[in-house]
Amino acid sequence: MKLGVPKEVFEGEARVALTPESAKQLQKLGYECAIETGAGQSAGFSDADYKAADVEIIKTAAALWKASDIVAKVRQPNDTEMKRLVKGQTLISFFNPGGNEEGMEKAKAAGANVIAMEMVPRISRAQKMDALSSMANIAGYRAVIEAGNNFGRFFTGQVTAAGKVPPAKVLVVGAGVAGLAAIGTSTSLGAITLAFDVRPEVAEQVESMGAEFVYLDFDEEQTDGASTGGYASVQSEEFRNAQLAKFLELAPEVDIVITTALIPNREAPELWTEEMVKAMKAGSVIVDLAAEKGGNCKLTVADEKIVTENGVTIIGYTDFPSRMAAQSSTLYATNIRHMMSDLTPEKDGQINHDMEDDVIRGATVTFEGDITFPPPPPKIQAIAAQAKKPEVKELTPEEKKAAEAEAFKKQTIQQVTLLGVGGALLLAVGLVAPASFMQHFIVFVLSVFIGFQVIWNVSHSLHTPLMAVTNAISSIIILGALMQIGSGSFLVILLAGLSVFMAGINIFGGFMVTRRMLAMFQKS
Amino acid sequence: MDFGFTTAAYVVSAVLFILSLGGLSGQESAKRAVWYGIVGMALAAVATLIGPGSGLWLLSLILIGGGGYIGWMVANKVEMTEMPQLVAAMHSLVGLAAVFVGLIAHIEMGRVGAMDESAKKALDGFAALIAKKDGVELGILKVELFLGIFIGAITFTGSVIAYLKLAGKVTSKAEKLPGGHMLNAGAAGLSILCLIWYMNTGGFFPLFLMTLAALFIGYHLIMGIGGADMPVVVSMLNSYSGWAAAAIGFSLGNDLLIVVGALVGSSGAILSYIMCKAMNRSFVSVILGGFGETKGPAMEVEGEQIAIDADGVATALNDADSVVIVPGYGMAVAQAQAAVSELTNKLRAKGKNVRFAIHPVAGRLPGHMNVLLAEARVPYDIVLEMEEINDDFPETDVVIVIGSNDIVNPAAQEDPNSPIAGMPVLEVWKAKQVFVSKRGQGTGYSGIENPLFYKENTRMFYGDAKESMNALLPKID
Repeated sequence: MKLGVPKEVFEGEARVALTPESAKQLQKLGYECAIETGAGQSAGFSDADYKAADVEIIKTAAALWKASDIVAKVRQPNDTEMKRLVKGQTLISFFNPGGNEEGMEKAKAAGANVIAMEMVPRISRAQKMDALSSMANIAGYRAVIEAGNNFGRFFTGQVTAAGKVPPAKVLVVGAGVAGLAAIGTSTSLGAITLAFDVRPEVAEQVESMGAEFVYLDFDEEQTDGASTGGYASVQSEEFRNAQLAKFLELAPEVDIVITTALIPNREAPELWTEEMVKAMKAGSVIVDLAAEKGGNCKLTVADEKIVTENGVTIIGYTDFPSRMAAQSSTLYATNIRHMMSDLTPEKDGQINHDMEDDVIRGATVTFEGDITFPPPPPKIQAIAAQAKKPEVKELTPEEKKAAEAEAFKKQTIQQVTLLGVGGALLLAVGLVAPASFMQHFIVFVLSVFIGFQVIWNVSHSLHTPLMAVTNAISSIIILGALMQIGSGSFLVILLAGLSVFMAGINIFGGFMVTRRMLAMFQKS
Repeated sequence: MDFGFTTAAYVVSAVLFILSLGGLSGQESAKRAVWYGIVGMALAAVATLIGPGSGLWLLSLILIGGGGYIGWMVANKVEMTEMPQLVAAMHSLVGLAAVFVGLIAHIEMGRVGAMDESAKKALDGFAALIAKKDGVELGILKVELFLGIFIGAITFTGSVIAYLKLAGKVTSKAEKLPGGHMLNAGAAGLSILCLIWYMNTGGFFPLFLMTLAALFIGYHLIMGIGGADMPVVVSMLNSYSGWAAAAIGFSLGNDLLIVVGALVGSSGAILSYIMCKAMNRSFVSVILGGFGETKGPAMEVEGEQIAIDADGVATALNDADSVVIVPGYGMAVAQAQAAVSELTNKLRAKGKNVRFAIHPVAGRLPGHMNVLLAEARVPYDIVLEMEEINDDFPETDVVIVIGSNDIVNPAAQEDPNSPIAGMPVLEVWKAKQVFVSKRGQGTGYSGIENPLFYKENTRMFYGDAKESMNALLPKID
């Protein structure tokens, strides 16, 4: 079968769904590849490059659509393109099925099978074709770069001969793929990075990227991200208020705000209010990655860069991935290629559109004259449901004190019990044993006690030297032999002599070995 | 010299010994601490030699000198990998000495007991001490020396077996005579009967019989314990040698012996406790040998072990920023520590963060791995304990597991039916990439499958640990 890729018709779109590299992989699956003239030009792939990879170059879009059994593209197809769909043809593209009723009807009427790349379920197996994530990754990176471009200072703090430069403070709202990519870029540029997300379970990921997670003073039961497929869900009113209050508090401090908060199939939530924008310092930059869906900041103008009265730049571009067309085309083409290899289990160049497969079923929006959107929930849950963690609450000072007192009391009771039992035992022994024995017995008990106190402090790495030392000093038994050697018969002298001899070996050997070992321990 | 001086010297020695053990809390202070121990020991020996009760000091000096020379030679010659054997062998000497001293006490008691009042008055030294004792005190003395001999004898044969096992001269597998622990229990019961018999008659025969029984217990008990439990065994024997010394101290009325015996005894006991805790097993179950019964079928291990060659490991290491090395007994067996150290130096020279993760029961002796790495000149500040490093694995790029198995087994956490369920393990599988240097596809000491080897991010680097590491070295650039 032939897979064709037309030139993107959307104004300013520079990406392309096929690269020479992915074409080679697709050919291995048994497909012929075709591309419209100049389709890869803006992404840095010339027709000659494609030709070198055995891709057929087709002059016009119309001819390409006609010749292809499968059409792969980036942007949602426009009306002209939809008209070109024919029965049995497969279209792989971003399709926005949630807001594209009309498009689905048209595809259904035409009898074409449409696979919407944004509908690929978020399960581990499908990550390789998750185009949303690859694009979000690029958007996150580019957002920081754009912000830096419009920000008049360094990201990293420096002390130079010409004076001290404070580091920039970046706040990333929404720690999804784009947010995490932004965090990573921002921290590696040296900025102090704060991050917020409504899902507290991502705090760990945020911190692993080197940013600081902004916690809210809020104690409602928080929703589990797993139940919504890893996306954030709508928040309660109280939560929103706590969040806005926190942001307002942060607004004067931060230099750059990058908002990435999107809720699937909904208008972007307003997170950065006008009031916060007003509170920001002049020269600050806001990059609104949600501009396409109305923006997380209401002042955002989609596809434009504006400067507010108080000197805050708000960037509302919606084409971040397209601005890095070479990179995003490579990733997108790879996502398409993986999708194709899932559609071609036999590697024979024939599509096997298996509607039983979770991933393919999920992404298919029209199939053989039927609209198959929305898909049923996937059989495998995207993320393992989180075990309910016991709430680790910030204890009030009184509670802390009470807990400490409780622990202290418990410890005391334990110690007193031990002491009581030990004391009673000692007394019991003392009742029957003669004084001369008790004298030694007290020494013994005290020594055991000291031993326990001292040994607990020995560090783990020195356990072998500890054994060697205790071994050496356990040859104190030599004293016994020395005391006896002078008294009595030949047998006594013989046995005592042997004991002295063996203990002698032990003393010297033990200490010597310990010294050798300790001499080896050295600091780097 | 009078008695007062000896006692004073004993007090000083006791303090020095306590400082010596306390000083082991840090690597630097430990170097000083050994000298405290040496001085304490010298002081104690000298004070006893010139104090009351001793004689034949010239013979004593010659014997100490001769023994010391041998000890010195052995200690200088021994390889660090042979440390467990050496420690076990030296424990056996203390055990035997305790048995001898106990026997002497018995002989002396018999001799003194036969004397009349006037002869008793003329006695000096240890015999005089016995002569002063009344009936009850003599009874206690009997119990004390009986205990001293009993513990000493167990320590002796136990240590000899532990030595043979560690040196590989007898199989390190758990082996029991038919009858198992009933034999031990029988021997222990016999010993108690002998004690009662001995208390009543004071004859030599029950003492002798008990000694044989104790020797047997020591032999059989340790034979029944497998190689991987040796850290517990060695520290337990260490503890026993201390208690034996303390018991002898009681019978001789010597406070310094009691003090040091108690210090050593409690030290060994704590070490055994730490080791057992690290394996999540009770002391009793270790001593009785073998693993507990499983509660159900073990989890099925899915997937396959994927092998990798030195080139692949080297590439991953060259790309990694943070590397954690987990050594185990296999590294000691292959004598690979020097190669590992060189690898560490090379990686560190390239600015990578290289650290070592040591499980408390890695190796055959508490702290065994630390000593080996120290010998190979790995700085001790990059050698970390399990608790210190376990949280860092998710941020680690590459983990190299060298010759360890059970201590990195995820089944301990994931499979409640696993025999090692609940044992604290190093969570290496959380790292981005794990390489396991291993001889072949066998299981570890506990004989259970290790799901780590089947994980997606695990690659098996088969071969002798030393050769594997040496093969890696030229490829790191």
